Amino acid sequence: MSVQFVGLKEINGPLVVLDHVQDASFEEMVHLELEDGTIRDGRIVSLEGDKAVIQVFEGTTGLSLTNTRTRLLGHPMEMALSPEVLGRVFSGSGKPIDGLGEVFAEVHRDINGQPINPVSRTYPRNYIHTGISSIDALMTLIRGQKLPIFSGSGMDHNKLAIQIVSQAQITKDGKEDPDSKFCVVFAAMGVKNDVADHFRASFEKNGVMKNVVMFLNLSNDPIIERILTPRCALTVAEYLAFEQDMHVLVILTDMTSYAEALREFSSSKGEIPGRKGYPGYLYSDLASLYERAGIINGHSGSVTQIPILTMPNDDITHPVPDLTGYITEGQIVLDRSLDLMGIYPPVSVLPSLSRLMKDGIGEGYTREDHSAVANQLFACYAKVQDARSLASVIGEEELSPIDKEYLRFGQKFESHFLGQGEDESRTIDQTLDLGWSLLSMLPMEELDRVDKEMLEKHYDPEKAKMFKG
Amino acid sequence: MNHNIIYSINGPVVTVRDSKDFSMQEMVLVGKKRLVGEVISISDSITTIQVYESTTGLRPGEPVEPTGSPICATLAPGILSNIFDGIQRPLQEMEALSGAFISEGGDISALDREKKWEVTLAVKPGDTVKGGQVFASCPETSLITHKALVHPELSGTVTWCAPDGSYNIDAPLVKLTDGEGKEHTLTLTQKWPIRTPRPVADRMPITRPLVTGQRVIDTLFPIAKGGTAAVPGGFGTGKTMTQHQLAKWCDADIIVYIGCGERGNEMTQVLEEFSSLVDPKSGKALTDRTVLIANTSNMPVAAREASIYTGITLAEYYRDMGYHVAIMADSTSRWAEALREISGRLEEMPAEEGFPAYLPSRLSGFYERAGYMDTLCGAEGSVTIIGAVSPQGSDFSEPVTQNTKRFVRCFWALDKSLAYARHYPAINWINSYSEYMDELRLWYKENVDPTFTRKRQRLVSLLHEEEKLMEIVKLIGSDVLPDDQKLVIETCRVIRVGFLQQNAYHKDDTYVPMEKQLRMMDVILYLYDKAKELVSRGAPISSILETGLFDLLIKMKYDIPNDKPEMFDEYRREIELNLAKVYIPEGQGAAQPEI
Repeated sequence: MSVQFVGLKEINGPLVVLDHVQDASFEEMVHLELEDGTIRDGRIVSLEGDKAVIQVFEGTTGLSLTNTRTRLLGHPMEMALSPEVLGRVFSGSGKPIDGLGEVFAEVHRDINGQPINPVSRTYPRNYIHTGISSIDALMTLIRGQKLPIFSGSGMDHNKLAIQIVSQAQITKDGKEDPDSKFCVVFAAMGVKNDVADHFRASFEKNGVMKNVVMFLNLSNDPIIERILTPRCALTVAEYLAFEQDMHVLVILTDMTSYAEALREFSSSKGEIPGRKGYPGYLYSDLASLYERAGIINGHSGSVTQIPILTMPNDDITHPVPDLTGYITEGQIVLDRSLDLMGIYPPVSVLPSLSRLMKDGIGEGYTREDHSAVANQLFACYAKVQDARSLASVIGEEELSPIDKEYLRFGQKFESHFLGQGEDESRTIDQTLDLGWSLLSMLPMEELDRVDKEMLEKHYDPEKAKMFKG
Repeated sequence: MNHNIIYSINGPVVTVRDSKDFSMQEMVLVGKKRLVGEVISISDSITTIQVYESTTGLRPGEPVEPTGSPICATLAPGILSNIFDGIQRPLQEMEALSGAFISEGGDISALDREKKWEVTLAVKPGDTVKGGQVFASCPETSLITHKALVHPELSGTVTWCAPDGSYNIDAPLVKLTDGEGKEHTLTLTQKWPIRTPRPVADRMPITRPLVTGQRVIDTLFPIAKGGTAAVPGGFGTGKTMTQHQLAKWCDADIIVYIGCGERGNEMTQVLEEFSSLVDPKSGKALTDRTVLIANTSNMPVAAREASIYTGITLAEYYRDMGYHVAIMADSTSRWAEALREISGRLEEMPAEEGFPAYLPSRLSGFYERAGYMDTLCGAEGSVTIIGAVSPQGSDFSEPVTQNTKRFVRCFWALDKSLAYARHYPAINWINSYSEYMDELRLWYKENVDPTFTRKRQRLVSLLHEEEKLMEIVKLIGSDVLPDDQKLVIETCRVIRVGFLQQNAYHKDDTYVPMEKQLRMMDVILYLYDKAKELVSRGAPISSILETGLFDLLIKMKYDIPNDKPEMFDEYRREIELNLAKVYIPEGQGAAQPEI
């Protein structure tokens, strides 16, 4: 363990090569000690005979072939864990940066984690209340789910992330469940300095900081650290969920920066690139993060993930959103034209989807009419789009009366249902009732996804009057 | 003594230097933890091995041990209702061994070696047996009788036989002497290399459909027993849902469901759903006829590559007993990506989009293992492959979709815009096709109705006509169309919403028998013909629509229970009655467009 290797053989970007290494193991951690006594962390990424390739987390600036001593630590990268991590702020590589000292570790865990045996998983069934109508009603977030937000540069995904962190709660019978412990792990990858400050300040202002674990990797921090950030965050999340029985919501932002860091790292290793220069293993790599969401049999905790990514050029077919969509259980897509219309949160309803929603809503979870309202809103809003595209060709005046009614419905749906204040938290009852009120703007015959009984109970044109004028 | 030691490690790829002890595709045990690996290339100086487990913590200098045989599947009773990972390790046993998280190096037997099976011998001393012949049988689940087969490469004279009774899978049952006088002992177990197709007596022509109870498939784009189909679709278009529906309802004897690089929660859902669902034909739990292979996206990538072959080997084994087996592979794109990933690690020259140049030959090698076969034991069996494809960026021109298209004969294209409109199954009726219709014509004629294929063709033509009309409607609105064309659009609405769209969560609609499919089609066409006649006599389309018949037909999938086909006669009468009331203005020859 205490063997030190003096000097290096080669330095290339974030990678250094060490020669004549004995007894190194794959993905083992190393310490590189500089002449001035500072220590940098590194990890072995490839071994060939007695040659080891090491990635240096803090970057290789100032390293020379002679001024370092390298020490093998004998274990893979680990995270020190204890319940005290709540309320703390860490760097991207899991070091405390809030000035409160090291975490007194109860256990150490390998940050790479291990795949959950599909047999040991519990199928996710209950939901997390976010207080945001569009999400709660139409793409409900289920405990143990991974539901990404696809955004674009300049849109309000950060605001939305803060709102979700501040409002999210575990509910039971419409009220906050006092028996469930809930916390948030927030991992920021490649965010700008002022955005990071804004996150921290907002959490403190909203009084939720004590239930948040923050990981901050800023955009000028080394990219190697960025590759570790989500892994550290998820290790903490798994610990809190499966050893402390908490419901953990993990927010990862921004996954596009993460993927770019991976690409940079891959090309510096000289790997053969796949689509758009991203490494061929991007899918497996993203999966090794996203698949760490879930619930395990016999544990009351859960890990739920909301990865946020900015689609380069708003292109949903770009490799990062594309591969993410194939792994995650649905997606929430933000829409630029809604954003420009001043609607917050600008959730684009039609391409958004929560795959696990069908089993986690309805009686016993949200309300018995939930799936009916959601389906009907989807169907009606799809018709709004048809009417709009027709109107753009033949003009609004030429539309049939029913199409005009759909246009009106669409407008009110966007402004009243999708749109809400950034401090406004709606209960599930408020959200669903609002959905019914909006549906009541349309003639009863148009509501073909709802059965008669439910329609008679909830359909009330009186309620729709508030949207008139 | 062991000079086979690890030289380099890069992700799942490990190399050994200066060794001549390995053969291609041989299974090896790597390192002190004895991780399972496979030899993928050999050169004078370097042997390259892909490791099926996480290589974290491995060191150069650790031993690599050859096993002398390629990666094999263990074939014996106990496969059904089990769940395996990509290299046939039982996940339930692994949970018992290492807890909820999968740790590496678990040396574990694929099947339960303790469990005893009630075996009935089918041969006696003095009999001559050939490879593939049934020598014993035992009930494996409530649905399936397991037939123990002589290893395909063995034949000879039986010299000794155990009496009927209960045996575990390792107990000697039969001894035989082959032509060279060598003695072999047969047990319930045999091993078969997963990358080699199991031999059959003969390939037979395709004659029977795989009935799935899904209208858009059975009626429009049927798949045959022994056929191949691809289900391509971007994320969120319902690939997995379609696969689940087929696995639940298709009339195969055995289902092999391969979750290849997909979501963990999804596999849990399959597990949970299948054990609670009851097979409609036998009344037994669906798991009794199902094998699950789960290699989720975060499990090692090399095992993902192997999972497809493990799955098809298990399927072929049951086919050889004379069963009809259907394989659902979800998704073959993940498998292709595993190939790409490993190829990249080996620094091979990439072809299209970084995929290796051998992608098409691997794909065809897989799909060609499907077929309707005359097996070595003299029975008929089939393997049907239904592979999901997840095209990158929902672009069907990418290499995996394009190459798959060349090797499958049935193509169910899932459509994003249908999925956005929550039209499920989102199988696009314009882009999809089935080449099996001609071969199955006779079956439909004899088993469903002589007019079936003709009616189907009319449905397809109507939908095609609608497609063309919609182009016009998109530009100028539907008001300007003449009445007979409006009628086509209205009828197609009934076909789309009332027939093609199918609700997987509705107790009747989730599975629809062939007869009901026929009658539904029949009644829709009946309405169209009658209404067309009225239109040609000058009746305005608006008054035909006012009868509400079109909406009645849209709802008939829910309103008519599967076991009451006689209700369709009432619908016909209803149509006749209501259309008779439609007012026809006098002196009108043909319909005039409304202005």
